[in-house]
Amino acid sequence: MDVLFDILGSANFWAAAIRIATPLIFGVLGALICERAGVLNLGIEGIFVAGAMAGWLAVYLGAGLWGGVLVAALAGALFGLLHAFLTVILGLSQHVSGIGITLLATSVSYFTYRTALPDVTSPPRIAAFQPLNIPGLSDLPFFGPALFQQTPLTFLALVFVVLVALVLYRTPLGLAIRAVGDNPASVEAQGLSVVGLRVGAVVVGSALMALGGAFLTMSAFDAFFFGMVNGRGWICIALVVFASWQPGKALLGALLFGAFDAFQIRLQAQIGQVVPGQVFLMLPYLLSIVALILVARRADYPRALLQPWTKGQRH
Amino acid sequence: MTDAPVLLSLQNITKRFGPLIANNAISLDLHRGEILALLGENGAGKTTLMNILFGHYVQDEGDVRVLADHGALATLPPGSPGAALKAGLGMVHQHFTLAENLSGLDNIRLGTEPLLSFGREATARAKVKKITAESGLDVDLDRRVADLTVGEKQRIEILKALYRDAKVLILDEPTAVLTPQEAEGLFVVLRRLAENGLGVIFISHKLGEVLAVSHRILVLRAGTKAGELVTAKADRRAIADLMVGKAVAEVVRIPALPGETLMEFDGVSLNGAGRQALSGVNLKLRSGEIVGLAGVSGNGQSGIAALISGLAVPSSGTLRLYGEAITKASPRDLVEAGVARMPEDRQHDGVVGTMSVADNIAIEEVRSPAFSKMGLLDRKAMRERATSAISGYDVRCPGPDAEARLLSGGNVQKLILARVLEREPRVILANQPTRGLDVGAQAEVHRRILAARDRGAAVLVISEDLDELFALADRFVVVHAGELADAGSSESLDRGTIGLMMAGQARTPVGIAS
Repeated sequence: MDVLFDILGSANFWAAAIRIATPLIFGVLGALICERAGVLNLGIEGIFVAGAMAGWLAVYLGAGLWGGVLVAALAGALFGLLHAFLTVILGLSQHVSGIGITLLATSVSYFTYRTALPDVTSPPRIAAFQPLNIPGLSDLPFFGPALFQQTPLTFLALVFVVLVALVLYRTPLGLAIRAVGDNPASVEAQGLSVVGLRVGAVVVGSALMALGGAFLTMSAFDAFFFGMVNGRGWICIALVVFASWQPGKALLGALLFGAFDAFQIRLQAQIGQVVPGQVFLMLPYLLSIVALILVARRADYPRALLQPWTKGQRH
Repeated sequence: MTDAPVLLSLQNITKRFGPLIANNAISLDLHRGEILALLGENGAGKTTLMNILFGHYVQDEGDVRVLADHGALATLPPGSPGAALKAGLGMVHQHFTLAENLSGLDNIRLGTEPLLSFGREATARAKVKKITAESGLDVDLDRRVADLTVGEKQRIEILKALYRDAKVLILDEPTAVLTPQEAEGLFVVLRRLAENGLGVIFISHKLGEVLAVSHRILVLRAGTKAGELVTAKADRRAIADLMVGKAVAEVVRIPALPGETLMEFDGVSLNGAGRQALSGVNLKLRSGEIVGLAGVSGNGQSGIAALISGLAVPSSGTLRLYGEAITKASPRDLVEAGVARMPEDRQHDGVVGTMSVADNIAIEEVRSPAFSKMGLLDRKAMRERATSAISGYDVRCPGPDAEARLLSGGNVQKLILARVLEREPRVILANQPTRGLDVGAQAEVHRRILAARDRGAAVLVISEDLDELFALADRFVVVHAGELADAGSSESLDRGTIGLMMAGQARTPVGIAS
């Protein structure tokens, strides 16, 4: 019990939870936008890798940090466009296309990295984003280091949560995206373009996913490693269901996962001699499966998810 | 009526699909304040004509002209749905085009506002409220569409068109999904809309409702205009003949002589998904009698059908066939015991589309010696049976080797009739036996079912078409929310009574009379 309170009482733990949650927030928002429009994007894992590599490489080759962020988003958008072309325009299986995008984006990223840097043995470093110092807030006792000493990308992720929620629930565009994921015929009959909305959603959603990857190489770490994404994309796919496709709950889910992960790292440090380390690594994934079982049974799926749309077809 | 200005004018519209002429030089005028019925069989060209009107198809010849703001008729550019919407044409499709996760109001607003704008909901709400007040289209705008009834969803669809300032409202088979009371409510709204100056085109193949609601009737047959008449002076019989092109012999039903009970539901309940669930159903199917099962679709008809087909067994209560309880779900046992099934979705559940007509004829009896020799299929016997079925039941197809998916709905149904009736079944389930069939095929199916009854079969007809039930049934039962109510002999019933029972507002016909 003491171990528990020690961990929960440290500002360091909370800061780590938020840091771990940040790429997931980007990823789950991106996946949420795609799925709200009716397209499952299993390319997410590869798009994370592409974003991580592209953003990092751009900075390494001389671009500014924000320039790197932009390059990462563009790389994500590009793979999103490919997924949209295959699934929305050609109407192919979203599962198959998504897995294909993940394999392709991962390989292309590794290949580009190796081609750009053929001779390096240890991964080169860049000057990554540093924690912001917000006057007043960052200096607060406990809360300052726990909540307000994050890098700009973390705050950007939080801004996107508000922005996505605002667009989804407060604008006619959000109305159209929610409608096209439920019944494309409703959008078609009102004179809007099903294809346009879906392609747009997948491209924008994929760009957000790539930012999640960029956070890893430009904020959490300062270099690109093989295998560094390590299933974070897949976790986002589960988190979307956990969040019932709502941005607010998506934030909550990402933070919860971040907290579990930060917790297991610290628990491992304290009682790691007794229990094998792999057990702790499993912990957040196990808990996310349990959370899914509890939530997903009642989940209100977008009705048109996975269904390709053909103009003039009856549904 | 005809001195009101013309809102919409179709001029010599012709549309060909390869050798088929779907629309042949069709002209029509729709006036302000008028309800025009477009009446015709399936395949008469109604839908093609409306698709041209909305720019989904491009006509080969002819013009669509719509009254423009400057007061003259302007030609609509062909093939542009956007232009049709903008010109004030509003369409209520047979299959609703609503997003069920949004509220009614959001569905109405959808696509009418700049995509990135804020705070327009209040203006939209005010406009919709004004329209509902004028038209009587009362509906809760803030409920999720998924939670609305079918009738309410249809109102949202009409509001969608009116919200876009439609001058012409086109409804495609609007009553197919409604109870008689809901349909009557719709007619009231349409009359009111017409009085307020809207032009309405009402597409239907049901003669009764066309006579009830329209001012003028345009009859289409095989792509051509078969006739145009004023409803008030029209004669039911004459219109029916116009639709079909030849006099249809009426099917005559002589009174039933019910015999012994062949199948009996004794307090049968069925747990399961909402549409299938049944509770405490009592029903006797007697030899030589047709029982008509009325009800709004989704109230438990599929559960009863599943039980009779052997796809389910009762969760509680007893289902007896020839006095013996059925304890195991086995379609094969039931078929072999003499139960015939005509499934609701005949294309999907009635035939295997990629198999030949001969295969489909034999499919229920592949184990019988008639179709097999030493454990191998007897192809020759199957083809012979198919050939005789094709001629005996007038199945129009290239031959016994044609794939079943190439057959039209009416011919698939005749194929199924041939398959199940040739075995002289003792119990027959006819689920939506003539849905989507033209008058000719309909009469044929009815004649066959009546003949089977007269031969001594016990028949249950499930139908959403009350006209059909009144034509066939000796006795009515009504299902509502999984409960079955006995409505008694069909001679003593009228549509209103059945309608109230379908809506769950009465358990017995007596309750209404008192």
